[in-house]
Amino acid sequence: MTRPILEAKGLHVAFNGVKAADDVCIAIHDGEFLAIIGPNGSGKTTLLNICTGYIRPRSGSVLLDGHDITRLSPRAIARRGVARAFQIPQLFSAQRVIDNMMLALAATDGLWSAVRPLETAARRDEAMALLELVGLAGDADRISSTLPEGHRKLLDIAVALALKPRLLLLDEPTSGVSAIERFPLMEALMSALRQRRITALFVEHDMDVVARYASRVLVWNAGNIMAEGRPDEVFSNAQVRQRVVGVA
Amino acid sequence: MPTILAAAAVLMLAVLPVAAPWLQFVLTLAIAKGFAALGVAVLLRAGLISIGHAMFFAASAYGVAFLARAGVNDLGLLLILSVLAGALVGAVAGSFLVRYRAIFFAMLNLAVSMVFYALCAKLYGITGGTDGMPVPVPTVFGVVLGEPAFKSVLFYLSLGLMVFVGVAVQRYLNSPLGHALSAVHTNEIRLEYLGIPVWAVLLIAYVISAALAGLGGAIAGFAIGRVVPDFAFWTASGHLVLIAVLGGIGGVPGAFIGALFLELLHSAAVTVTDSWNLIVGMTLIIVIMFMPQGVYGLFARKEASSL
Ligand SMILES: Nc1ncnc2c1ncn2[C@@H]1O[C@H](COP(=O)(O)OP(=O)(O)OP(=O)(O)O)[C@@H](O)[C@H]1O
Ligand SMILES: [Mg+2]
Repeated sequence: MTRPILEAKGLHVAFNGVKAADDVCIAIHDGEFLAIIGPNGSGKTTLLNICTGYIRPRSGSVLLDGHDITRLSPRAIARRGVARAFQIPQLFSAQRVIDNMMLALAATDGLWSAVRPLETAARRDEAMALLELVGLAGDADRISSTLPEGHRKLLDIAVALALKPRLLLLDEPTSGVSAIERFPLMEALMSALRQRRITALFVEHDMDVVARYASRVLVWNAGNIMAEGRPDEVFSNAQVRQRVVGVA
Repeated sequence: MPTILAAAAVLMLAVLPVAAPWLQFVLTLAIAKGFAALGVAVLLRAGLISIGHAMFFAASAYGVAFLARAGVNDLGLLLILSVLAGALVGAVAGSFLVRYRAIFFAMLNLAVSMVFYALCAKLYGITGGTDGMPVPVPTVFGVVLGEPAFKSVLFYLSLGLMVFVGVAVQRYLNSPLGHALSAVHTNEIRLEYLGIPVWAVLLIAYVISAALAGLGGAIAGFAIGRVVPDFAFWTASGHLVLIAVLGGIGGVPGAFIGALFLELLHSAAVTVTDSWNLIVGMTLIIVIMFMPQGVYGLFARKEASSL
């Protein structure tokens, strides 16, 4: 196998004695769509926080293309092509939907212009195309705080895509998204990932989504990986069925 | 439509002193404070309140006085160099202040400006202490002017700069950097994850705001003909915040409208009563309670709904 894009080795994190990561080792390879499932509070978000430099592990390291990024800031890691969509959407809520998108686009190409406007025809088109993709084109000129929760989630994902990442980390992309919008969102997301050759890791509670879209599944429990494999393999594992699928 | 309104307002300001010459000084000073309040309003975009911006106002005014003492006597050169001096002081102070937020930012700005004030007042040998320093009448493109003629030139130059600088600041606020500045107020985590260096965005804004305050201070120094430590006193900083809030943080014209409103109110009030602070206080209460968009909001409402 090729060298992984992202690799975590021997991660340890504890909050007040509670282990959120206990000797975790994962690797994600080019073109994968890796799902992480596990009960609430088992440390899935914590893993994303470590991989993006938001928290430092007590020990262990994270490698991006073989380079150690454990001690880098979220900003530095973002600039290396890793984008993140959050479990709780992180938006510029006082700004319009389209401005959220255009600022993300500007972040990768023209942030330092103080005289040209943020809104150029080209940038607006590019932003609209992404909003179209996630089904938010009709909300472009709304103030983002007025969006319903599900749509805020969609916007958060679109913002992450606007960064043109190589690796996308999605924290429960379908939570808060209505059942009707869920599969259209996943279809759109998958086609975007394929088209743009983006590798992705996603934390997910909806087992139907995992079964249908994941290329590989990691089962998380109490800060550790308890099982790993193709969706059908993992779901036929009795222990997993009892500990995770049942409660999720 | 808003452009026509703004043009009409500027034109009216231009002819006012012809009708009432005593207004020229008041208006020049109002525009000067408008620049400084605009500097405060720029930082308000990021949700940061500086209660110390009179420091940059004073820094550039002292800059003019020192340069004049050193033999520089061209108006254009004095303005450019003194604004650069204000921006430089802003870069130094800003490089450590932009790490702070909320009350810490406000108080540290206040603290630094008080140190500056104390230095101006105590270093008698250099700054003239509380007597301050004179700001002589400079030459304009090599032409030696009498004081009344210079004051007129200064007024119309300030008016022109108000338009020119106002447009430039508006462009900055509409640019990616300006949007990133507003984004600091709403979500720093997302900014970080976009790969945007928040400190750089804030430092640029801080230097711009210091330069704006400096430009105001230089104009005020010329208009008054003297610079004193009180230029940097904390009440002057508070005054600038007051103007920025009064004008509303909605847009660039707000700062100037707020400053004009307050200066005109001041000159009207002092002729009828000595309870100036009472009037200002009451006005501010009314504005905050009933016009949270500021005085500017009265004009901007139509503009916003037509977007
Ligand atoms: N910053 C923090 N400070 C203290 N405790 C934390 C912090 N972040 C996470 N934890 C704790 O670490 C554990 C793992 O949390 P984490 O958010 O990673 O779980 P999760 O798997 O994402 O759960 P969920 O499915 O609810 O999103 C939880 O017990 C949580 O309370
Ligand atoms: Mg989580």
